[in-house]
Amino acid sequence: MKIYVPGDSAAISVGADDVAAAIASKVGDSTIIRNGSRGALWLEPMVEVGTDKGRVAYGPVNVEDIDSLIAADFMHGGTHKLYLGESEKIEWLASQDRVTFKRVGIIDPLSLADYEAYGGLVGLRRAISMSSEAIVEEVKESGVRGRGGAGFPAGIKWKTVADAVSDQKYICCNADEGDSGTFADRMLIEGDPYTLIEGMTIAAIAVGATEGIVYLRSEYPYAIKTLQRAIDIAHAFGWLGSSVLGSKYAFELKIRVGAGSYVCGEETAMLESIEGKRGVVRAKPPLPALEGLFGKPTVINNVLTLSTIPAVLADGAPAYKARGVGRSLGTQVFQLAGNIKRGGIVEKPFGISIEEIVNGYGGGTLSGAPLRAVQVGGPLGAYFGTDKFETSLDYESMLAAGGMLGHGGVVVFDDSVDLAQQARFAMAFCALESCGKCTPCRIGSTRGVETIDLIIQGVKVDENKKLLLDLCEVMTDGSLCAMGGLTPMPVKSAMINFPEDFTGEVSRR
Amino acid sequence: MKYSTWSQDAALAVLATLREEKGAVLMALQALQKEFGYVHKEDVALVANFFNNSRADVHGVLTFYHDLLTEPPGDNHISVCVAEACQAVGSRQLEKDLKTKFGKEVHDGYCFGNCALGPSAMVNGAIIGRASVDAIAKARI
Repeated sequence: MKIYVPGDSAAISVGADDVAAAIASKVGDSTIIRNGSRGALWLEPMVEVGTDKGRVAYGPVNVEDIDSLIAADFMHGGTHKLYLGESEKIEWLASQDRVTFKRVGIIDPLSLADYEAYGGLVGLRRAISMSSEAIVEEVKESGVRGRGGAGFPAGIKWKTVADAVSDQKYICCNADEGDSGTFADRMLIEGDPYTLIEGMTIAAIAVGATEGIVYLRSEYPYAIKTLQRAIDIAHAFGWLGSSVLGSKYAFELKIRVGAGSYVCGEETAMLESIEGKRGVVRAKPPLPALEGLFGKPTVINNVLTLSTIPAVLADGAPAYKARGVGRSLGTQVFQLAGNIKRGGIVEKPFGISIEEIVNGYGGGTLSGAPLRAVQVGGPLGAYFGTDKFETSLDYESMLAAGGMLGHGGVVVFDDSVDLAQQARFAMAFCALESCGKCTPCRIGSTRGVETIDLIIQGVKVDENKKLLLDLCEVMTDGSLCAMGGLTPMPVKSAMINFPEDFTGEVSRR
Repeated sequence: MKYSTWSQDAALAVLATLREEKGAVLMALQALQKEFGYVHKEDVALVANFFNNSRADVHGVLTFYHDLLTEPPGDNHISVCVAEACQAVGSRQLEKDLKTKFGKEVHDGYCFGNCALGPSAMVNGAIIGRASVDAIAKARI
């Protein structure tokens, strides 16, 4: 008899630890497994029980429900008002196409036996049997693009590092998932950490690196704990260390914890931070692929990019690129957040529309008030109204619509949102988090806040709007990285798509 | 949260564990804060000496990162997310109410990756979803 109570921090945030303790105190010996979350976060804490017909689910379960669940014989799949049926048949989950997230929520995150039983290590074992060139070629062929937000083809980056000659190369995983509305990196690490370790090991073999570093944000204490334990177990297993699974390859992996800086999610600022310095952005060139961490050739990829690699190697590039549209191949792990009825992880091939994600999966707003805006792609992404809901969520279509896909976060707002305030926040956040290197970002963001304040107060509105657009142009063109370069995106999109909020009148309504 | 009392020897003992690390300045400041609850004013010179950096460099790192504190913390550390996804579910009001009630204990946070169950807060390292003033009050020491 196995009972699954997610140990994912989102589930914990709504009481999963208490639920697990309450069940343990009532049913004694039965095994409680703290799995990751399957991603239907509105159903958390979602308790599952292994029965003869497979796992069945109940949710959302509160401590007060435990007595009635036991009375209903939930241990054998008994009927109860929280009964959700067989987990695999919950429509919201069953209709998804899980590739990167295929094991998350299903396995015990730290069980290597579970990991292998569900297809883990197949990709790495295949990689070990291949030449480095062939691995890089396979990744190139798959079309996997960087999931951190920039969308750069991973294979091309790897090729640059593989071709560089150096006594030392590094694999750096960017797990500084600072974008509000995104949590896929965190859930992957908490729910299936070995997938990330496998992806990084494959990258190391492909480019000839022997050291890896995961730069993981301090705001994710649960993920840090899980990943460190996974690294320790992988070491003891003979996966990490001087001979990867008995092969000629060596690979060591460490975590470096961030210290509360958003800009350190920018890859060169991240390198500075790993080197122990202020997280100040570097000019490119030189590319980090040639002169990266400690001046050595470095692969920098996001958690989701690296965690997708094992599936690419296991199933081959053709299977991976059979999904998606145009040049956006494979699946994207969308994260549905904010004022949303059914939020969580939706992994689907690129090309699903905003409408399908937000109203289909999300079911509209949590508050029940009319949906007014979405912000796609994090704090540097665009604000869209419902008129843009048919836009396909892929890199090219989002760009054409005046936005970006970013890390795949979709934040939903109801009609209480004031887009002038959201634009102001974008500038204020930039002022707070700017590393200070580029003047347009460092100073421009503060001037931006002041100018938006004047617009809100109704002072020379037309003139100040013109000034603000001019400022946005300077920031876009005159900043080295996306912090200053893309802060204008939420600001301008708010002005263009919601002009009624920038009239300087005290209230729209 | 319980922390050790700062002394130079105790601080040097923390640094000694990081001797082999490359680029250890930020790690060192984080380790000192973990041990003592904050970075003591004499730590800047200690870290600079230990890792052969300038005091200006260490000071620069100390002042760059939001996490690093230079004053002893109180008993409770409440971090409330004030970023977009939580704004969409009322974090602006929650932040105001918390600051009225708990004053300097309350810090602005920028995303705990709990964006589908906001507003979110972190109280002494424990995450709280669908956060309210009451739930946060209960989680305090």
